[in-house]
Amino acid sequence: MSWGEAAKALGLLVALVLLQITIVTPIEVANGHPDLVLAFLVALALLRGPTLGAVAGFWAGLLLDSAALAPPGVSSLVLTLAGYWAGRFGLATTRSSPHPPIIAVALATVWVAVGLTVVNFLLGQSVPAGELFGRVLLPTLALNVLIMFPVYRLTERLFPVAPRDRREATVLA
Amino acid sequence: MAPVPRQRTARIPLLRSPATRADGPRQRGGSPVRARLVALGLVLVSLALLTVYFRESSGGPLHGAQRIVVSVLTPFEAGAERVSRPFRDAYGWTADLFSAKGENAELRAEVEELRRQVILNQTAAQENEELRSLLEYRDGPRFPKDYDAVATRVIVPPQTEFRQEVMVAAGSGDGVAVEDPVVTDGNLVGTVTEVASNSAKVRLLTDQQSAASAFVTQTGAAGIVERGSSTTSLVLERVQKEEAVEEGHIVVTAGSRSQQLESLFPRGIPICVVTSVSQRDTDFFKRIQCTPLVDFDSLHQVIVLTRKDAG
Repeated sequence: MSWGEAAKALGLLVALVLLQITIVTPIEVANGHPDLVLAFLVALALLRGPTLGAVAGFWAGLLLDSAALAPPGVSSLVLTLAGYWAGRFGLATTRSSPHPPIIAVALATVWVAVGLTVVNFLLGQSVPAGELFGRVLLPTLALNVLIMFPVYRLTERLFPVAPRDRREATVLA
Repeated sequence: MAPVPRQRTARIPLLRSPATRADGPRQRGGSPVRARLVALGLVLVSLALLTVYFRESSGGPLHGAQRIVVSVLTPFEAGAERVSRPFRDAYGWTADLFSAKGENAELRAEVEELRRQVILNQTAAQENEELRSLLEYRDGPRFPKDYDAVATRVIVPPQTEFRQEVMVAAGSGDGVAVEDPVVTDGNLVGTVTEVASNSAKVRLLTDQQSAASAFVTQTGAAGIVERGSSTTSLVLERVQKEEAVEEGHIVVTAGSRSQQLESLFPRGIPICVVTSVSQRDTDFFKRIQCTPLVDFDSLHQVIVLTRKDAG
């Protein structure tokens, strides 16, 4: 990835974090909230691999924590691992199918919920796990899967895959 | 019969790890070892940030850096919030439309009840006015006299179930300080926990770490209000079993110093309405659940009560 692409990714992350905390989070459908930042992070990691996935996850988490004056490092820790895993997942699959992004964002959503629960618990927070996993997780997962398709297509346009990789993906498929 | 060779499909290479491919996507992600090292390094950095943040004081460098970031982001957040407000309102209106039908009958009954209460309240207010003048009631009007009001709006709603906190668009530049009480429509919202120059973080009553000493207006039963089983319920703890508390009673801030918890709030700010009361022989205290008077899901405008003697 070039410096230009890295700057573009960072700019997009800042914009998406602002969008997430001001517009997207207040949108509640059946107790769930779509996670635009996570969807973009997973899409970027699938397209650009685990290194950039981890780096983007770290900065996304740091921005989310800073914007809400939350302890820095909580979201970074969870999203770094989510971005790294999504990148690894992307290497093991093909980009020509719509299924890997959907599977990846579904698993990443579950991971983020579990990760945040564990980290907050370790930090001494009383965690309403029953409420989170019983009422919030499933609708959030469904919403993230719904937004993943357009987010992935948009990310694919903004960060186009090199022709050589595309050919290999097609051959493999 | 010669054995038939197993047919190999094109799917098999897809499931292999990148290291087993001759070339291809491995180049896209860089070396797996480097990726692992980067991820591990960032995880360690995250853990270091957490450790430093919790070990340093609120005036430490990490807290300071975070406040600077917030000061930079706040204008953008406020702008985005302002731009998005019509869309959010439209979404809220549509969502409310669906739920309104089911609530219609319930609300009609509530309106009747409220109408009856309004008449009673008007009578009580008139009576109260007379009593005030007769008994030279010492307390002033509902607004606490030792405080000034800083009206502001919520720019960042609660982001997770774990942290019931909001950001407001008023900070130390407006006179807001840590531990200032926050109200809306005269009802208690929470307290300020962190302050930047132009914004502040408010911990809501529905946060796990919130607590307020309180009493029941009808009977004087005292206790401590804390978060209930969800973000829409509260509990009144430590109320003696012999105290009389019933459904519909109003719980307000005590504004006094108990032995266990120092109250940050002025006396008499309404908090919640009692919805259920129970007790067991084995319990020391009553089990009292109540519903907050503030709708924390649609919190837009709030007032921060700043102490007059703070400056």
